[in-house]
Amino acid sequence: MKALAKRFNYLFRSTRGLTLVAIAVIALITAIWGTLSGPMVEWGIRDITVKVLGMKLVQAEREGRIIMLYHTIAMTVITIEVYFMTEMLPMKRYEQVVINATITVGYLTAVIFGLLFAYWGHNFAFHGLFLLGQSLVFFAGILLAAALWPWKKEYRLEKDSPFTHTKKGVDLERMAFFVMAVATLLSATFGAVTGSYWGNGHETFLAEDLIRTPNKTVLQKAIIGHLHIMLTLIAVAITLIVGRWMKFKGILQKIAMPLMISGTIIITIGALSVVWLEWAHITIYFGSVFVMLAALMYVIYSWDKLIKDRIAELGIKNPNGWQKFKALLHDPLKFGPGWQMVFMNFTVSGVGIFLAIKLEEIFRVWPHREERITLTGHWHILSGLIATIILFYFADLSGLKGKVRKWFGWTVIIMSDLAFGSVTIFSMKRLFVTEAEQQTIVNWTMLLTDIGLALVLVALALFMIWRLYDLFQEKGYWSHELATERKLNAKAGIEEQKRELEELTAILEEESE
Amino acid sequence: MKRIFFILVLIALFAAACTPAPDIGNLTPPYVDTGVDPETWATVPAGEFPYGQHDHMTMVDYDYEIMVTDVTNEQYANFLNDALAAGRISIGAVEVEAGENVRLVEGVAGYYPGDPFDGYDHEVEIKAGEKLYVPLDEGSLRLVFDGEAFSAMPEYANHPMTMVTWFGANAYCEFYGYRLPTEIEWEKAARGTEIVNGHGLPFPWGEEIKGNNANYYSSSDLFEKMYGKLGDTTPVGFYNGKTYEGYETLDSASPYGLYDMAGNVWQWTGDDYPDQHYRYMRGGSFYSYEVDLRVWKNNSAGPQFYSPSVGFRCAR
Repeated sequence: MKALAKRFNYLFRSTRGLTLVAIAVIALITAIWGTLSGPMVEWGIRDITVKVLGMKLVQAEREGRIIMLYHTIAMTVITIEVYFMTEMLPMKRYEQVVINATITVGYLTAVIFGLLFAYWGHNFAFHGLFLLGQSLVFFAGILLAAALWPWKKEYRLEKDSPFTHTKKGVDLERMAFFVMAVATLLSATFGAVTGSYWGNGHETFLAEDLIRTPNKTVLQKAIIGHLHIMLTLIAVAITLIVGRWMKFKGILQKIAMPLMISGTIIITIGALSVVWLEWAHITIYFGSVFVMLAALMYVIYSWDKLIKDRIAELGIKNPNGWQKFKALLHDPLKFGPGWQMVFMNFTVSGVGIFLAIKLEEIFRVWPHREERITLTGHWHILSGLIATIILFYFADLSGLKGKVRKWFGWTVIIMSDLAFGSVTIFSMKRLFVTEAEQQTIVNWTMLLTDIGLALVLVALALFMIWRLYDLFQEKGYWSHELATERKLNAKAGIEEQKRELEELTAILEEESE
Repeated sequence: MKRIFFILVLIALFAAACTPAPDIGNLTPPYVDTGVDPETWATVPAGEFPYGQHDHMTMVDYDYEIMVTDVTNEQYANFLNDALAAGRISIGAVEVEAGENVRLVEGVAGYYPGDPFDGYDHEVEIKAGEKLYVPLDEGSLRLVFDGEAFSAMPEYANHPMTMVTWFGANAYCEFYGYRLPTEIEWEKAARGTEIVNGHGLPFPWGEEIKGNNANYYSSSDLFEKMYGKLGDTTPVGFYNGKTYEGYETLDSASPYGLYDMAGNVWQWTGDDYPDQHYRYMRGGSFYSYEVDLRVWKNNSAGPQFYSPSVGFRCAR
């Protein structure tokens, strides 16, 4: 019983344990729901899954099912990002506990009942619980935004701090987190309000199916704005998280944080004003440039840091280009986030810009189904890249070392890029081949995509199996993680209480006078 | 040892991919007689039916007839010969507009009076003039022109006519006094009026789809085995419950007896909606995943578009 309680404490009361559970939930969803599409359908696996699990897949409800599936995965990803934030950003211990507890109950409720509703018959009690779960996640977001309030005195930085701040010491990185959290709440509200019209004037649709519809309704535009901005904000959040992880500071951070803050605000306004303004996309482009420049600053900083740290570790005084290059690639987990952001420009941003520039000349000449593949391809890739960055950070938190660290890191980088690169070529194939001559390119890109994704999933599966095996060990790595986190929490608690004591003493003195 | 094993696995996977992809242009399928006459028409009676994914009950307050199969290569070749004799088409280089680009295509063309233009964002003006019906310099065309007359390649004679633009499809129907079906007419003909478990039929034959119901991506029909996963067109009416060389098909006619209303080739429809120049297609093709074969799914392209996976049928 004590052993169980210990493990419960680890899994549901520590950041690493909570994150591990959330990643396991996504892995499980991927493993099961991945069998319902792609090559799994061709191999007959889907039929087995549906039969064994007793799923009820009504053809007319496919789009609705997919939307609920996306929401359950998105809720879990947001939860993981919140766990990272509550651990890495200074806040009171009770704030961390309340936020984590609320969001954990929220996302698990949303995932379990959302999937039950979507795939096992429409029991509307399940739909209600799905909404309750999402509401709890939203409520946790409000608590997070309150905890992140950047103007609190105790979180102000010293004047000589290397981290960027205002003249009054307000931490601009914290401000960027805060702005992102508030923008996410606002954008989620947009989705929720539109969702409330479901069955009452609003019908389920996939945005990519409406791309050529000239006169979209207000509700359709609101959903399109909502889904774009939510994914963007998830990307902004992970960029800020890895920046914190790499101790992003100095002149590049000074440039990046104002860009990130203003970019986040501008993109959010742009994406949500799609409902009213014809030219809203220009605002989005404008904000995107700001956010992407901020990400570029992070990439330059992190790569420079990786090189300098490794060169210093090796004790090389005058390194040549090759030694610097090797130093950059030494740690794939820390190199990965920056690289994936760079790679994103070829597979997401680049494709998007090319699509916008050549819309009339190329993409709108293709049939809708071809344009649709490009659209769905580029945002699936963005989601995939975000997922790999989360994995890099969590693998580092999990203490992967030596060859395992390198194998895991490089497998995820190379294989995900192989898959995403192949998907990009597949989605743009009409630029190179006609429909009649496409078979070779389709075969190759599909095969490389499958190999890439399969090996990333194998790497993730091995990692999760190790973590599961470790949980059964009395003195496993988990116990070390738990002990370390408890110590850190205890120290932070003492510091917090000291500060509080000082504050209370000051109040007493002030009132006595 | 581990590295060698890993490398061997990779080599095996790549070797599997290196199997030469079949060159569709150099393969010819056998002629398969399906027993379905492409000259037959079905009557769709007036009445309400569940329209679209969300089953909006929609009234079509007139009877109409629609072709039981797609127009075949043979039928289209006959049309071109008739139209040539009547002086309604020309053969030679035709200007084809695609966005801001104009290119010359060697093909068959005819006059089109143009579309109303609303000047909406992204709308392209379709002006009156000579429009391409079918390109003659494309390998995927299953017609032959010997300088005097058109004929269908014998093995493809009863396959759906493809590589035909919307202009070419519209011209065929109008030449014989027919028209292209509207999207609403097409869908009613495909799914009928039945409501099962609260929804209209998602496929012409019922609620579920199997590989031998229709010709779609990776459906493993005879032709797919010859050409690989993407396959090729199948003869019209192929999925009628017959067995061909050991390949058993399911009878997949729509409630009104129409064949190929899901899969094989996308079918042009006749609507010209305001604020856009696109023309819409229905039914999915041999190149589509099964989800795009659901009766409410559509596809769109400019009327100048042609492809090996796009054909049509007429209504009257």
